[in-house]
Amino acid sequence: MNFFNIINKLSEVDPDVMGRLDTRRSVFNSLNTVSKRAAMASAPAFLAAFFSKAYAGTSAGDPKEIFNYALTLEYLEADFYNKMIASPFFATASALDQAAIRQISKHETAHVNLLKTVVSGIGGTPVTPVTFKAATFASLTSFAKQLEVAQLLEDTGVRAYKGRAGDLQGINDVTITGVGTINPLQAALQIHSVEARHAAHVRFMRGQTPWISGNGDLDNQEHYKGAIPESTITQSGVNLTTGLGTPYTATDAQASFDEILTVAEVLAPSRAGGLVGA
Amino acid sequence: MSDTLRPNSSDDNQGAQPLYVPIKRRSFFMYAGATAGATALLLTGCKDDDDSSIDAKTTVDVGVGDVGVLNYAYALEQLEAAFYAEVLKGGYFTGLAPAAAERQIFADIALHEQIHADFFKTALAGNAIKALTPNFSAINFGDRTSVLTSARAFEDLGVAAYNGAGRFITDPKFLVVAGKIVSVEARHAAIIRDLITPNSFVANDVIDFSTTSATARQERSKLPAEVLAVANTFLAESSKVSAKSLV
Repeated sequence: MNFFNIINKLSEVDPDVMGRLDTRRSVFNSLNTVSKRAAMASAPAFLAAFFSKAYAGTSAGDPKEIFNYALTLEYLEADFYNKMIASPFFATASALDQAAIRQISKHETAHVNLLKTVVSGIGGTPVTPVTFKAATFASLTSFAKQLEVAQLLEDTGVRAYKGRAGDLQGINDVTITGVGTINPLQAALQIHSVEARHAAHVRFMRGQTPWISGNGDLDNQEHYKGAIPESTITQSGVNLTTGLGTPYTATDAQASFDEILTVAEVLAPSRAGGLVGA
Repeated sequence: MSDTLRPNSSDDNQGAQPLYVPIKRRSFFMYAGATAGATALLLTGCKDDDDSSIDAKTTVDVGVGDVGVLNYAYALEQLEAAFYAEVLKGGYFTGLAPAAAERQIFADIALHEQIHADFFKTALAGNAIKALTPNFSAINFGDRTSVLTSARAFEDLGVAAYNGAGRFITDPKFLVVAGKIVSVEARHAAIIRDLITPNSFVANDVIDFSTTSATARQERSKLPAEVLAVANTFLAESSKVSAKSLV
């Protein structure tokens, strides 16, 4: 039995399998351990464990997996802002800009704590904290450079939450001791719009349009692309530039709707996945 | 000005909300069968009981199910689009320098809201509610403060409305569409707030500043009845909107 042949076969029917296997943080971590054990264990048992890990929670409606995914991204953001505030370049920013970053940082840290509580409260195990790759951070040699990454992280965060909303649909309220009652979908939406406010503000700090108009200095980065790119001008089958009676420009059409990213897209090395590391 | 746009009761209600709000219509029957739901059931009641502010004069109901939610969004987008159309005609906007950032911001937002309204009208087709007639007599379109505080109120209201209505949507496609729009509304809200007071893109009137509650550092949502009570103050007598099924 050749393990890699099986992966190849699987990728024929599920093009996303490599994304599932190598980009989901929790899977990635467990993979190392499982791989080591596999050398000693029987192949079928290994494969069963392996695939149940790869696919665990990727079906719609597992709030534990969804909130752990959100938690992973919030860990990344929270660590990034902590690094930013600790950086020697922070003092070069205006008092107003420093205050904005501190404010955003507090929100991300609060989101981390809330999501950890939620994951535990619904019977899951919170993911191991991830950090923003130190080497990448070290390459950001000015406050302005750091702010570029902040914009990419915030805009990606908005797309990531939006991409999971449908998976939380219809999930019943959960009551968590010491916290209160949470409607999973509504909680995710309420964090989603805060991330959008952050994104708008960071873009504005950088002299960009607060919305993704497509002509910003970073708007052509991978973070704005994907299967459904931010440049999309057709919504629910309606072309917004030509199908609404009044003609609109592609710029206004794309800026008036934000787009989703899938889990695999968010965690790809070209987006948030590439920023995770020691 | 801003005070008249905000429901006085919203903040006071916030603490009590989780007691009776989270029980969705769809889960009502599930709760009805469970002993654990008994308390919640009592608190939920069986009828909408506090829409006194919107019944007698209401002439437009958004309808039921997903069409109801989409019409609810359409009503709010119509109101926003009409507001910004007036802004662009008013003395504040026309007096701005051609290269002023505020001019570009309002011109862009006006187009986004018009696209949203036109999109819902097209998507809803024969199910769409009528074109609403606004009443902006409380707003001074020649005055920067009046325009900005009104814009802030509309944008914050829009975000709170979408966030609070997501749970009423049954078709995932529509939920995603609402998600695509609400983040743009949040971007609008953030920038308008920054124009009023730098760094106020998130403040404790729209975010729960607790770090430990169930809604820690989350945006505050509003249910349709709360939202429409405010929205209706900017609609003509012939265009008051209700969402009787979205409770």
